[in-house]
Amino acid sequence: MLRRLLFLLPLVCMGTLAVAQSAAPSIDTRIANLEAGVKSAQSAGDNAWMLTSAALVLMMTGPGLALFYGGLVRRKNVLGTVMQSFILMAVVTVIWAIAGYSLAFAEGSPVMGDLRYLFLNGVGAAPNADYGATVPHQTYMIYQLMFAIITPALISGAFAERMKFSAMLLFTVLWVFIVYFPLAHMVWGKGGLLNAFLGGKIPCFDFAGGTVVHISSGVSALVCALYLGKRVGFGSEPMKPHSVVLSVIGACLLWVGWFGFNAGSAVAASALATSAFVATHFATAAAALGWMFAEWMHNGKPSVLGAISGAVAGLVAITPASGFVKPFPALLIGLLAGVFCFFMVTAVKSKFGYDDSLDAFGVHGAGGTLGALMTGVFATSAVNNGLKDASGKVLGLGLVDGNPGQVLNQAVGVLISWGLAIVGTLIILKICDVVVGLRVTPDQEQEGLDVSMHGEEGYNFDA
Amino acid sequence: MKKIEAIIQPHKLEDVKEALKAIGVDGMTITEVRGHGRQKGHKEIYRGMEYQVDLLPKVKVELVITDARAEEVIKTVVESARTGKIGDGKVFVYDVAEAIRIRNDDRGEAAL
Repeated sequence: MLRRLLFLLPLVCMGTLAVAQSAAPSIDTRIANLEAGVKSAQSAGDNAWMLTSAALVLMMTGPGLALFYGGLVRRKNVLGTVMQSFILMAVVTVIWAIAGYSLAFAEGSPVMGDLRYLFLNGVGAAPNADYGATVPHQTYMIYQLMFAIITPALISGAFAERMKFSAMLLFTVLWVFIVYFPLAHMVWGKGGLLNAFLGGKIPCFDFAGGTVVHISSGVSALVCALYLGKRVGFGSEPMKPHSVVLSVIGACLLWVGWFGFNAGSAVAASALATSAFVATHFATAAAALGWMFAEWMHNGKPSVLGAISGAVAGLVAITPASGFVKPFPALLIGLLAGVFCFFMVTAVKSKFGYDDSLDAFGVHGAGGTLGALMTGVFATSAVNNGLKDASGKVLGLGLVDGNPGQVLNQAVGVLISWGLAIVGTLIILKICDVVVGLRVTPDQEQEGLDVSMHGEEGYNFDA
Repeated sequence: MKKIEAIIQPHKLEDVKEALKAIGVDGMTITEVRGHGRQKGHKEIYRGMEYQVDLLPKVKVELVITDARAEEVIKTVVESARTGKIGDGKVFVYDVAEAIRIRNDDRGEAAL
C-alpha cells in the first residue's frame, strides 16, 4: 500500500506544478501564444494552397500538356510526343535540386542567382521572407520547380514528330541553364533586372510567367521550327491530329491546372489569389469564344480544336496580368488573345510557311507577348497594392493607373525575353546539332517516333 | 456458287444484316474499308490547315451463296442498303470455283 502511494507521489507533484503554471500566465505570454497561434494558422492555410497549387501546375505538364500535344500529332508519334512532356517532369526536377533553384532564385547578379542554394542547401522549413513569408522556403522551391518543368515542355510543340529523343534531352538541359534560369531570375529572383517588387532596375510586371514561361518557350519554339525545318511530307501528306478528343482532355486539364499556376503565384491563400483565379477564368472563357467566332466567320465552321486552342491562348495571355487586373480587363485580354492567336496560327503561319507543328509559337509566343504588353495597360493597384515607395505609399501600376511608362517597361521586358530566347536557343541548337544531331533520319520519321525512338506503339489494336 | 461483294454505307449495315437474316442468310464477312466512287468527299480544317478527305468510310459485306438464291439475295442487299443518295455503294457478283469447310472437308454447296 505504502509502496503504491510512493509511486503516485511524483505524479501528484507534477500535476500540481502544471496547475500552478497554467493558473496565472502573464498577459505577455498569452499575447505571444496568441500571435504564434495566428501565425501558425495563416501558415497552415497558405501552405495548403501552395502545395495544392504546386500539384496543379505539375498536372498541367502531365497529363495536361502531354495529352494536348499528344492528340495533335499523327498516331505513329503519340508516344514520342507524350514522352517529351513526361520525361521533363523527371529531368528538370533533378537539375532543379542540384543547381536550378539556386541559379534562378538565389540573390546574385541582376541576371543570375549565385550558388548559395546549391543542392538545396538552406532551403528548408523556415520561410524566405522575400518570396513567401508565410510558407516554408521548401514549398516555394517545389512550387517554382513545376514552372521550370512545363516551360521546356511547351517548346516540344514546335519540333514534334521529327526531333531525336537524345537531342531533345540535351536541348532541354542546356535550355533551362541558358534561357530559363537567367530569365526566371531576372523577373522573379531577388535583385533580378526586371523584378518590379524586389529591386529590379527595369520594373516589369509578370505575375505568373508571361515572359519567363510563355515568351521564352514560344519564341524558342519558333527558332526550333525554323532551324529544324519542316517535317517530311509537310504540305503534301495529310498531317491531321490523330485524336482531337485527347487534346480536349488535355486542354481542360490545362485550364484547371492553370488556377494553380496563376492564383498560386500570389504565394498565399489570399484575396489576391482569388482575384488572379477570377481573372484567369474570365480571360480563358473570352478567348475560347474569340477564337471560335473568328474561325466560324473565317472558315464557316466553329471547330472544337479552335475553341480549345483559344482557351489555351487566353490562359497564356492572362498569365502575366492575372495578379494585376480586374475581371473585365481580363475578359478583354482573353478576347483579344483568342482572335490574335487564331490569326497567328492560320494567316501568319501559312504566309511565312514555317512548320511550328503544334503552334507553340502561335499560341505561347504570340499570346505571351500580347499578355505582357496588356499587363502594362491594365495593371492596377486596386488589385495589387504590393508596389510601394520608400514612405510606404502604394504606387499606381499600369496605364489605367496613370502610369503610361509601364507599357514601355513591359516592352523592354518582352524584348529582353525575345532576345535571350532567340540567341540562347540558336546557340543550344547548334551545340546539339554538332554533338548528337537534331533530327531523326527520314526513314525513322516515316516510321514514326514511337517505334523508331522508343520501340513501342501507342495503340496496339491487335493486342 | 456466287460470291456477293457489297460496298455499302456504314450506317446501313444493320439494315442489310436484318434483311439477310429475314430471308435465312446467316453467313457473311464484314470489313471496314475506305473508298469513293462518284461521291464527293468533304473538307476538314485543323488550325487553318485544310485537308480534302475524299476516301470515305464504307463497309464491305462479302457472302457466298448458291446459284439458286443469288438473285433473291442480291435484290435483298440492294434494297436494304439503298438510301437513294449518291454514296450508297455498289454490289459486285463473282462466280466461285470451290468452297471447302475447314472443320470437316465438306465441299461445294454443302460447305456454305
